[in-house]
Order: sequence, then C-alpha cells, then structure tokens
Amino acid sequence: MTASRLHNRDVNASCPGSVRTRRVGSGAVGPGLVGSVPAASVSAGSLLASAVCAAWLIVASLVAIACGGAFAGRAVAAPVLPELSGRVVDSAGLLSAGARAELDLALEAFEAKTTDQIVVVTVSSLQGYPIEDFAVALGRKWGIGQKGKDNGVLMLVAPNDRKVRIEVGRGLEPLLPDGKAGTIIRQTILPAFRRGDFAGGLKAGVADIQAALTKDPAELEARSKRPPPPIDYSGYVVLALWLAIFAFVIYMQIRAARQMAQRGPLDQSRFDRGGRNARRRRFDDSGPIIVIPGSNGGWSGGFGGGSSGGGFSGGGGDFGGGGASGDW
Amino acid sequence: MIDRLSRFARPLAVAAALALTPPLAGCGINNIPTYEQSAKAAWSEVLNQYKRRADLIPNLVESVKGFAEQEKSVLTGVIEARAKATQAQVNIPADILTNPDAMKNFQAAQNSLGGALRQLLAVTENYPDIKSGENFRKLQDEIAGTENRIALARRAYIEQVRVFNTEITTIPGVWWKRFMYPATKEFALFDIPAEETKAPKVDFGTKK
Repeated sequence: MTASRLHNRDVNASCPGSVRTRRVGSGAVGPGLVGSVPAASVSAGSLLASAVCAAWLIVASLVAIACGGAFAGRAVAAPVLPELSGRVVDSAGLLSAGARAELDLALEAFEAKTTDQIVVVTVSSLQGYPIEDFAVALGRKWGIGQKGKDNGVLMLVAPNDRKVRIEVGRGLEPLLPDGKAGTIIRQTILPAFRRGDFAGGLKAGVADIQAALTKDPAELEARSKRPPPPIDYSGYVVLALWLAIFAFVIYMQIRAARQMAQRGPLDQSRFDRGGRNARRRRFDDSGPIIVIPGSNGGWSGGFGGGSSGGGFSGGGGDFGGGGASGDW
Repeated sequence: MIDRLSRFARPLAVAAALALTPPLAGCGINNIPTYEQSAKAAWSEVLNQYKRRADLIPNLVESVKGFAEQEKSVLTGVIEARAKATQAQVNIPADILTNPDAMKNFQAAQNSLGGALRQLLAVTENYPDIKSGENFRKLQDEIAGTENRIALARRAYIEQVRVFNTEITTIPGVWWKRFMYPATKEFALFDIPAEETKAPKVDFGTKK
C-alpha cells in the first residue's frame, strides 16, 4: 500500500490530467494488483503518466479548437489593414505609376545598402483610429524592418484625414528621434502636400529620412552588417534525439538478452515457451514502432524551413511607438 | 517473472519518458513562469517610458519660460506632478505587481502628471512665439511620441497580465499553480482613464 501511494504522488507530480484517472484506476483494479508488481510500478507509472498526459493534451487541443470561436468573438476590434504589396502601398491612389516605381527603386536600393526597410503607405481612411495606432498596427502586422534590428520606417499618408505620420522602428529611434521625424514632416513633407504634390512630398520626405539614417558612416557600417543566414538545425536535433533513444533501447534490449542468455536454463525452466525467442520477436516488433515515426518527424523538420524568394516582405521588425505625426 | 518484466519495461519506459518530455512541456508546465516573466518585462517597459517622460519635462519647462504670470500656475502644476510621479517611481513598492492598491497609487501619480502636461501644452496655444519655435515643436514631438510609447507599453502590459492571470485561474494552469507554483498571485491591472485613451492633442499650428 505504501508503494502504491508513493506511486500515486509520482503520477500527480508529472501531469495534472492524470490525477482523476489514477484514482479511478486504482479504485477499479484494486490496490492488490498495483502492489503485486512493485519493481515495475515506477517505470510503468511514469509511462502511464506520460500517456495520460498526451491523451489529455489531445483532449485539451480539441476543446481549444471547439472553443476557438468563442475566443475569436471576444477579440478587440481592429482596423482593416491593407496588404503589403510592395515597398509603396498606394491604396489611396495618390501616386502615378512612374512616381511609384521611382520611390520603389529608391527604397529598394536603400535596403540593399543599409538593410533598413522603409515602406510608404497611403490609405483612403484611418477608419476612425488615431494615425499613431494605425501606423503601429500596420508596421507590426507587416513586420517592417529586420527581426532583432527593428530597423523599419513606415511613412503613412491619409489624404482624406489630411494626416501624415512617420513611424520609426525601435532600432532606428536614436537616429531618427521623434523631433527629427517631426521636422521632416513640417519642413519637407507638409509644404509639398499643401500644394497637392504628394509624389514630390513623399520623395523628398524619403530622401530626408534616408539622409538622417546614413548621417553617421561608422554607425551605418555596423548597422548594415548582414548576419549569415541562420541554418535550421532543429530537424537534425530531433533526428539525433530519436536515434539516441533508439540506440539506447537496442542497447538495453541486447544487454537484457545477454543476461538472459547467461541465465538461460534457469529462465527456460520458468516458462512454458522459450524465453529468448519470445524476447527476440518482441524486440523486432518494438524497434520499428519507435523508429519510423521518429525519423519521419526528424526529416520533415529538417527540410521544412525553405528560403523566401520573390517579392518584398517584411523582415519581422517591431515598433515601439516612436515617430511623429502631422496634419495639413 | 517480476524481474523479467521490469528489465523489459525499464528501458522502454525511459525511452518513452524521454520522447514524451516535449509533450509534457506542451501540457503547460512552464506556462506560469514564462507568462510571469513576460508580464514583468512588459511592466519594466512601462516604467521605462514613464521615466522617459519625466526626463523630458525639465527641457519643456525651460522652453516655456515666457509664460505670463497668470499662467505660471500651470507650470508649477507640471513641476509638482513630475516630482510626485518621480517620487512614486523611486519608492515603488516591491510587491506593486501583486498589490492592486499600490498599483492604483502609482498610476494616479503618473496620470496626474499626464493631465498636467496636457494642460501645459494646451496653454502654449496662446503663445504663438513659443509654439512656432522649431525647438519647442521638436519637444512637443518627443512628448507626443513618449505618450504614444507609454500607451503602447501599457497596452502590452495589460495584455501580458491578462494572459498570465487567465493562465493561473483556468484549467490546467490552476492545477500547475497548485502543484508547482503555489506562491504565484494574480498581477494587478490598471484602468486607463478616459482622457488617456486619446493621444495628447498636439497642434503643429498648421491648421487653418
């Protein structure tokens, strides 16, 4: 009975879902049976705990899927954001095709040189949100700027609200402080916008931003260093783990079989059928069961991460609310 | 018989236990400490941005020296509110995150500074020579930007606390809490006063 109580505590500590199951189990089977195999009870118990835990996980995810609708319904209302179709997203239609291409080229060359991502967006409506919130939502959704460097700048124009904002990624805030962004808006962008020259204002504004970001050559050199593309080792790690487990199991089986062989006659006398052969067969069965799903999981993980190609996409940069706004 | 069974079962069980360790983590054993750290990090960011605002105020006060006598009270209001907010930040109680009253007092001090600042910026509208200076405008941008950062940091904190509090009050987190982390408590939230939900009005003097 002591062994069985200990066993219960062991199971409790490893998974909460197993608490009830364990109690039901010992009640139904009775303590006598649990007590009769004390040597195996700990290992079998942790196996059972893990199995129950896995089962519980499946049930939990099903419940989560079933309840998903309820959670989604509670989500905070958010503005409908345009898609990132390129470095210039002119959803308000302010720019001619030529002006758009020209801006796009300048922005692309700048990223090639500095890794900084600048994106120009025009929207026909802010949908009632403050331009500050709208800009951060856009910048974060698109992930403008490189991940970890957070070196993105978003220039947002809402012509119908007569508002403009330069949203600066966290990493660029020291180079383009709010005051500087405000000065660019007031002295470069707004005068052109007041004349109705959106293309000219945006072009000059982008040029000013680029000038501010490249003012310090030493800093620029340090910032524009590209990290080597990270190699995804996770698939190999999983594979190695499975191989190690497999090797360990084989080793233990062989060792057990050897010990069995040494004690062969004694064991044989205890069983009606040959213990060694029965063991062999069981070992052959259990091997592939463990290995096949393991190696599959490993390889799919290893080849899963493909490289991105083609059009422009955000690098995963974050925004902390830096920048300045203006209206005209 | 018993010996034999255990010799078989043990390596298999060890292997199974190793293989199922990631699923166990999936059961949420690490959720409570993980979410707690995220919430604490979000709180540090809130404090950081409050400090940034307090650091901007001396420059702002310097730039509005030209205020007329009858509006000096607005200026002293800002200075006093800043002193109180700084005091609240220096003497921050260690248990502020789990003590709703301490959190309320702290937020009250910060909110009154926010209010005083808004009042000051509104009064500068009467002083075209002050508000049209590029230096003052830059300062205004910095203050508006900082208020924006504060708002984002507070929102991030509220979201992290919501996740954490939900975890320790719902199944299975509540079970993990009982077994593994009995000392964890819910984190305190704060209400955002109505006037704080709007960004401070920053007029660039360009409206017609």
